[in-house]
Amino acid sequence: MTGFHLAQFNVATLLHPLDDPRTAPFVELLAPINALADGTPGFVWRLAEEGEPDATGLRPLGADVIVNYSVWESHEALWDFVYRSRHLEVLRRRREWFRRHVDMHLVMWWIPAGHVPTVAEGVERLELLRAQGPSPRAFTFASAYTAEEAAAPAT
Amino acid sequence: MEDIDAIAVLQDPVRRRLYEYVAAQGREVGRNEAAEAAGVARNLAAFHLDRLAEAGLLETASRRLTGRSGPGAGRPAKVYRRSAVEREVSLPARDYRTAAALLAEAAETAGLDVELRDVARRQGEALRGSTAPCEGLEEVAQVLAGRGYEPYVDEGAEGAEGDGGAVLRMRNCPFHVVAERFPPLVCGMNLALLEGLLGGSPGVRVRLDARPGLCCAVVEPSKTNED
Repeated sequence: MTGFHLAQFNVATLLHPLDDPRTAPFVELLAPINALADGTPGFVWRLAEEGEPDATGLRPLGADVIVNYSVWESHEALWDFVYRSRHLEVLRRRREWFRRHVDMHLVMWWIPAGHVPTVAEGVERLELLRAQGPSPRAFTFASAYTAEEAAAPAT
Repeated sequence: MEDIDAIAVLQDPVRRRLYEYVAAQGREVGRNEAAEAAGVARNLAAFHLDRLAEAGLLETASRRLTGRSGPGAGRPAKVYRRSAVEREVSLPARDYRTAAALLAEAAETAGLDVELRDVARRQGEALRGSTAPCEGLEEVAQVLAGRGYEPYVDEGAEGAEGDGGAVLRMRNCPFHVVAERFPPLVCGMNLALLEGLLGGSPGVRVRLDARPGLCCAVVEPSKTNED
């Protein structure tokens, strides 16, 4: 549906600090993979710390938890970037750098096009997903909702 | 149409040749082209292609194949491509798909990426056995086709990575249903399986290069003395 964009917010708990040699391969991939995202059709926005190229310095959920926050024109555009691009290789190696999550760690929701979501909003949606399971206001790839479903009046 | 009826439509040898040709192209195919490839008259090809479409094995669309438009461009032609719908018959009834989905979900939840890759790599090595190393991409393609992949040589590997030479890609993902649900886990498994399968061939290497609509892995000639 035009007029809506898809926001995604996800968290990852580092096994070792970003400046630890064991995390170095991940850090080396940050710039090229972020550049790939920025140039992907359907990419709208991603969170970056002021004056920094990315958001890895922001730790709103704990000293060892990094956040990844972006906005896309469609579910397909986000899916193709996450799972059908060089980004997949980063995910394949996730266990080298991140702790396994028991809780849900990725949440998506629809926002009005042009709206720049805040970190507080992302945290709130993730908490909503964890507390109540997938809904049109907070969902995952496996339980996706359309913008129409999200815009429909709550019953 | 039930799976067993759809599959039975392929029993006719001409129809099966047409289906296999269209499936192997990975794009829309017109009636003339399909007829020529199957070595039959256009009308006969059209009849069988439409039977395949009725069975849901092919999807159809209308396209102007010449690239012209406006008056004089002629009527749009009917084109065919393989349907994404999966058909399977197991006798007696088996349900490995549910088992695979449950096991994959458990592995994902438990974070067993590395363990799964180890098992997959060993399985690939076992399947390879003592066969001779593959000499080039064409030989690799035959090995992969024998394992249920649909490989094709992509001549124009583009820029950033690689040297622009030919690589082998695969049109299908043999593990599609679970790969769509748990991509990092299952694509990692697939890569390790292929690494095991091709590990005895120093002339080629396999790496992850996911693209929309294709298998996540690509096989390329390995440059010796690299790194």
